[in-house]
Amino acid sequence: MPISVPKNRPDRPALSAFHLRKVYGAVTALDDVSFSVNRGEIVGLLGPNGAGKTTTINMILGVLAATTGSIEIDGIDISKQRALALARTNFAAVYAALPGNLTVVENLRFFALLYGVESMRTRVEELLQEFDLAHLRHTKCGLLSSGEQTRAALAKALLNRPQLLLLDEPTASLDPSAAQLIRAKIKSLATQDHCGILWASHNMNEVEEVCDRVLFLSRGRVLLQGNPRTLPHEHGASSLEDLFIRVAREPLSTAAVVAS
Amino acid sequence: MKLRPIVGIVLRQIYLLRGSPVRLFPMVTWVAIDIVLWGFITRYLNTVSGSGMDFVPSLLGGVLLWDFCTRIMQGVTTAFLEDVWSRNFLNLFSSPLSISEYITGLVITSVATSSIGLVVMVLLATGVFHLEFFSLGLPLIAFLTVLFVFGISLGIFGSAIVLRFGPASEWLLWPLPALLSPFAAVFYPLGVLPQWMQWVSRALPPSYVFEGMRTLLADRPFPGTLLLQGSLVAAAELLLAAYFYARVYRHAVRTGLLARYSAESVA
Repeated sequence: MPISVPKNRPDRPALSAFHLRKVYGAVTALDDVSFSVNRGEIVGLLGPNGAGKTTTINMILGVLAATTGSIEIDGIDISKQRALALARTNFAAVYAALPGNLTVVENLRFFALLYGVESMRTRVEELLQEFDLAHLRHTKCGLLSSGEQTRAALAKALLNRPQLLLLDEPTASLDPSAAQLIRAKIKSLATQDHCGILWASHNMNEVEEVCDRVLFLSRGRVLLQGNPRTLPHEHGASSLEDLFIRVAREPLSTAAVVAS
Repeated sequence: MKLRPIVGIVLRQIYLLRGSPVRLFPMVTWVAIDIVLWGFITRYLNTVSGSGMDFVPSLLGGVLLWDFCTRIMQGVTTAFLEDVWSRNFLNLFSSPLSISEYITGLVITSVATSSIGLVVMVLLATGVFHLEFFSLGLPLIAFLTVLFVFGISLGIFGSAIVLRFGPASEWLLWPLPALLSPFAAVFYPLGVLPQWMQWVSRALPPSYVFEGMRTLLADRPFPGTLLLQGSLVAAAELLLAAYFYARVYRHAVRTGLLARYSAESVA
């Protein structure tokens, strides 16, 4: 039986995170983080290493439970209806490559079954064409170049036509030309398919080009958010990268002042 | 539970076998070696004992059944470890796949892989060493079912151990059947064990199975009580193993263990 996914509700955000907090003993990894990603919106998740980006993504993916707070995907609380919420989500990350001992087409079929994708074979063929992977269909993923692996991971991420797509450094291992094509594809996902996208990246130029809005995380808190093209100017920085460096290097109290 | 994710888990294992048929090798080799080795040992014992007792059914039959149970356990853990070795936890557990669907997929995979070993063992034992495996009839199927359920429980328990203590703890799994075998009374009656070992044996369904099989081989009445006790213990342990796995999974989600797993398996 395929997973029954109710129709899209365009009035609901693709993602709503409410007061997320994650505590490991004496360490607070996330502290009262709230944000949303609307349909058709690309939101950049920025922050230095250890800021809490991956923690946030893992919580949205259901592999890490929040100490307090809640997450809704398309209005569905992930802690209450995990399968239903995750059927509307997908992700690709540099640290989560597809199993290397399966071929590209085997991987796509395997994950299509896990996600309950309808017309599996047709959908897999569409994605093989779309990501220029058709000639590599019978190649084991472990033998692909890093760029090809990224394309395969992105194809997997679109199998279930997600309403929320989580991307962690999706173009990190791509050459500039391939990266540009992937950015265009992801932008069209947002504009044409009204998919909400959360994009974690350290590439500020890319974020500025692609994202409609950015969230700056530092030490587990959201310090800033706004339009990536106007935000630097609003905070006296020459560029998004300059703003990133200031936020990353300043102590939290000072950074909070910057944020205010 | 939904069917498609379960089919996905099983299909993945078929893809792996198709992609590298050499994986079939360990499924048949070790069981074949066991049967050949114990087959000749029993032949030798038959010639030197002078008692007229046929050791083939009790010893070779015991080896065959214990190997079956062990293969069932390893079928579950190996399918689970595929996800550990390929660092697939994040992709897997961020999908809508539920724990029950995942475990069901692992169990079906194990049934398929261990059946291959069972067929090889039965063919060798009957063809070469004249073990009349099916002469025990329906009781054999009942006892096999108890061993099957126990093998599944061990496999689920072992997978939970790896999930809880990290990829390196897979080395705790492999000796587990050998560790339990003295208590399982595979080759000798339970009565020869010291009292404290007998208490441990009572918690292991295989001890009921092998006691029951020996009763049947001695042409005594059908050991219904042993079968019932073994079945109850096996069912209880299956539930306990599933509960333990679910608890470990929740712990892994709460503490971030599951999210860190991919990174840890690199180390």
